[in-house]
Amino acid sequence: MSIIRSLTQWLFVCCLALPLMAQAQAESQPAGDNGQALLQALADSSNAQKGQVLSDIAKSGDERARDWLEAFASGKLSRVEDSGQFVIVLENRGRNWKVKDALTGESMGEISRRDLDNIRINNALRRELDGILSVIDLTVDNADTRLEAARAIRGRVDEAMAERITTLLETESDDRVSDVLSESLAIYRVEQGDVASVAQLSGSLNTEARAALTTVARGDDPAMVKAANEALASIEQKLKWNRAAETLYFGLSLGSVLVLAAIGLAITFGVMGVINMAHGELIMLGAYTTWGMQQLLPGQPGLALLLSIPAGFMVAALAGIAIERSVIQFLKGRPLETLLATFGISLILQQLVRTVISPLNRTVITPEWMSGSIMVNEALSLTLNRLYIIGFALIVFAGLMLIMRKTRLGLEVRAVTQNRAMARSMGIKATKVDIMTFALGSGVAGLAGVALSQITNVGPNLGQNYIIDSFMVVVFGGVGNLWGTLLAGLSLGTINQLLEPWAGAVLAKIVVLVFIILFIQKRPRGLFPQKGRAAEG
Amino acid sequence: MNVKKGLKLGLSALALSFSLSAAAAEPPIKVGILHSLSGTMAISESTLKDTMLMLIEKQNAEGGVLGRQLEPVVVDPASNWPLFAEKARELLAKEKVDVIFGNWTSVSRKSVLPVIEELNGLLFYPVQYEGEESSQNVFYTGAAPNQQAIPAVDYLMNEIGVKRWVLAGTDYVYPRTTNKILEAYLKDHGVAESDIMINYTPFGHSNWQSIVSDVKKFGSQGKKTAVVSTINGDANVPFYRELANQGIEASDIPVVAFSVGEQELSGIDTAPLVGHLAAWNYFMSVDNDANYDFIDAWVKYTGKDDSVTNDPMEAHYIGFNMWIEAVKKAGTTDVDAVKDSIIGVSVPNLTGGYATMMPNHHITKPVLIGEIQDNGQFSVVWQTPSTVAGDAWSDFLPGSKDLISDWRKPMNCGNYNVVEKTCGGKSEVAAK
Repeated sequence: MSIIRSLTQWLFVCCLALPLMAQAQAESQPAGDNGQALLQALADSSNAQKGQVLSDIAKSGDERARDWLEAFASGKLSRVEDSGQFVIVLENRGRNWKVKDALTGESMGEISRRDLDNIRINNALRRELDGILSVIDLTVDNADTRLEAARAIRGRVDEAMAERITTLLETESDDRVSDVLSESLAIYRVEQGDVASVAQLSGSLNTEARAALTTVARGDDPAMVKAANEALASIEQKLKWNRAAETLYFGLSLGSVLVLAAIGLAITFGVMGVINMAHGELIMLGAYTTWGMQQLLPGQPGLALLLSIPAGFMVAALAGIAIERSVIQFLKGRPLETLLATFGISLILQQLVRTVISPLNRTVITPEWMSGSIMVNEALSLTLNRLYIIGFALIVFAGLMLIMRKTRLGLEVRAVTQNRAMARSMGIKATKVDIMTFALGSGVAGLAGVALSQITNVGPNLGQNYIIDSFMVVVFGGVGNLWGTLLAGLSLGTINQLLEPWAGAVLAKIVVLVFIILFIQKRPRGLFPQKGRAAEG
Repeated sequence: MNVKKGLKLGLSALALSFSLSAAAAEPPIKVGILHSLSGTMAISESTLKDTMLMLIEKQNAEGGVLGRQLEPVVVDPASNWPLFAEKARELLAKEKVDVIFGNWTSVSRKSVLPVIEELNGLLFYPVQYEGEESSQNVFYTGAAPNQQAIPAVDYLMNEIGVKRWVLAGTDYVYPRTTNKILEAYLKDHGVAESDIMINYTPFGHSNWQSIVSDVKKFGSQGKKTAVVSTINGDANVPFYRELANQGIEASDIPVVAFSVGEQELSGIDTAPLVGHLAAWNYFMSVDNDANYDFIDAWVKYTGKDDSVTNDPMEAHYIGFNMWIEAVKKAGTTDVDAVKDSIIGVSVPNLTGGYATMMPNHHITKPVLIGEIQDNGQFSVVWQTPSTVAGDAWSDFLPGSKDLISDWRKPMNCGNYNVVEKTCGGKSEVAAK
């Protein structure tokens, strides 16, 4: 017993003592240690000299060097005006900033930013620093970090670095890393005028490689120019396919946004025949719900976003019910009045948000797993947020199809829209179905808002930007047909993206609108007109 | 006797109190505020209204001006350009304001211009604009192109070594005119036609995929490339997001923006944008006590700890103080007297220098280039050695390089042609 007790006691003491020892070690650093001198040099040198100081710091072997360099890179290295003490800023929002001592790492509480002198960095230095840090990273154990670092130094290799890389290549065990490294070397050699290395870059999709080849292709050496042009031609051939794939992806992603925005309208306008000009504002409500969720769950943007999906649906659906009960039900069969009344509602909702929340846009954070892109190859990467939205649009579409085809609600909705009087005589409560349908359409608009909050501004004007597009898609696809909406959205998106590179964004939009006008002239009921007697009613 | 005396005393006391209250009740000086509080522009303009209210409150606490209090008259033109003209008329004809602070977009300014000139009002316009205009009734406290666009391009050309240029803008008058000036300027400096790419997008554009991908392609030709962005307001947020998602970093292709300030960045996570640039005459992060005091006052006024300040707010700060000084100098709020007395007036700006009203109704400003930080602020990386005087007529456009503006007597002309030695007309000649 006592042995165990004494052992735990000993462990306990150890646990206490370890950090103490660490602290003692930190304090044993003399006040004017090398670190202070290095940081002093960094702070006082001109931008032109700072590069040299940075590599001095990197080479100093000081274990705090990386902290300093990273703090400097993110603009967080500062000096206290009065004492000249160097600090790393931990939190730089508001007027008082949380800081810690750069030398000892001890927290120093909050300091007013009036008293701090920031040690400024600019793009040129940041690039240089990236290079320095990457060279350090080339020797770490983690292969992924090495790969990242190898990619980062591509195109910025100089003579000293070239030697370093040559030595590193001999010991590099990971194939991916050594491929990238030898490509970097080849780029460097091509830049130096080595014709033999051109072959190695032929077919490379990397931007830096292409940039290097383009530069030498403009040079004087005829052999070099010829080789470089050949290599460029082979790259161009490969790029063509990548660009086609990219345009298709852009088109699908724009299309899926259009589908999301329009599909709620396809229910309220398409199925129920209500011209709801406040549809855009229902989308806006969904987006604001996402923002609200992120405010409720600070630090967990991903979870908040997921929870916003049901929440956004509910908020918009409830708002939809309120609109239906208070206004639309009294205007049944009077489309012009409905249009005007709902337009009024849309203005009211916009101003309400401006007054209650703020006229300014709100920040909706994109969670980590939705930012950035997946690299298919060097020339083609798919942005993740767009990819998620394509998936989300398809899921929402599938869900709606299920509801309309497989549930009792869907059956009743179809019955009521086809023949209201007959449906009522069969015992269907038409009023209740109206409410449910409108709530469903509005809720889906809310879902669109949740998705749009990830790619556009969340502000009072969000809805306005999508209302015209939504009507366009629904009319083009054929009123009352969900499949039509899906196809119309995707094809309009793709057409727009195909046109944009050579017509410009403004003209592309106009061309699409003209195309729709002509199309509607020819086929007034859209892509997929409803057939049978239902279409007349 | 006693009664009579008492009565007399009472009467004189009454008279005294009347004259006292008359002094206190001397009508206040009316200051019109013409900023949209609803509609699309409310996002930018409503903070300027609050800035003006704060400045007026502070001035009143210090005793007003000429012993009179200032009374703000706020109207809402609702982001509706023709309504701006109507509201300006209401302010001048009905409310009889002595001065107007207002407008944001150029089109709204063009809409109120005839009204202000017809009724001889005073307008202080606080936003950076395309130039090519000079009216004797308007004072331009925002930047002209030579106080923002040209120095920014100089910085990129000389300090960063940019050789290829993307001029991207929203499709309306300010970006089109600014890009025309920049294109002429770049060609003057030996940039080839093929090294300039110009792109326009509609207002509120949110699908930047193919444009950003084009920029990427344009930038992969082995020459240092930069984007000069006159993209308006909140269309920037998705633009920057797309840049970040497609992996374009500031160290590869920097974007320098003329319409992105602290307020626009407050709606976006700026971590992926670190290093992209903006050119302004003021940044919230400027390390200066006058600036810190202004920020403290603003935070206190709005009651929100995260309130940001921006360049047009500083322009109003300067414009308001200039007007106060001019009124003091003239001893009256009479429009013609103030118009004459304000030329040459110098007041401190918030970046540690002075702003002077020039005879062409533009002011002197320092030009700052800032890099975006991860906290939504800018870190100043370069600035002009001294202040730059605003130029109403660009020296780089064929139609306007011979024009100067000087509203002092005897010239008193907004578009004097120095070659033909004639005054082209009474007021602005828009860049058509």
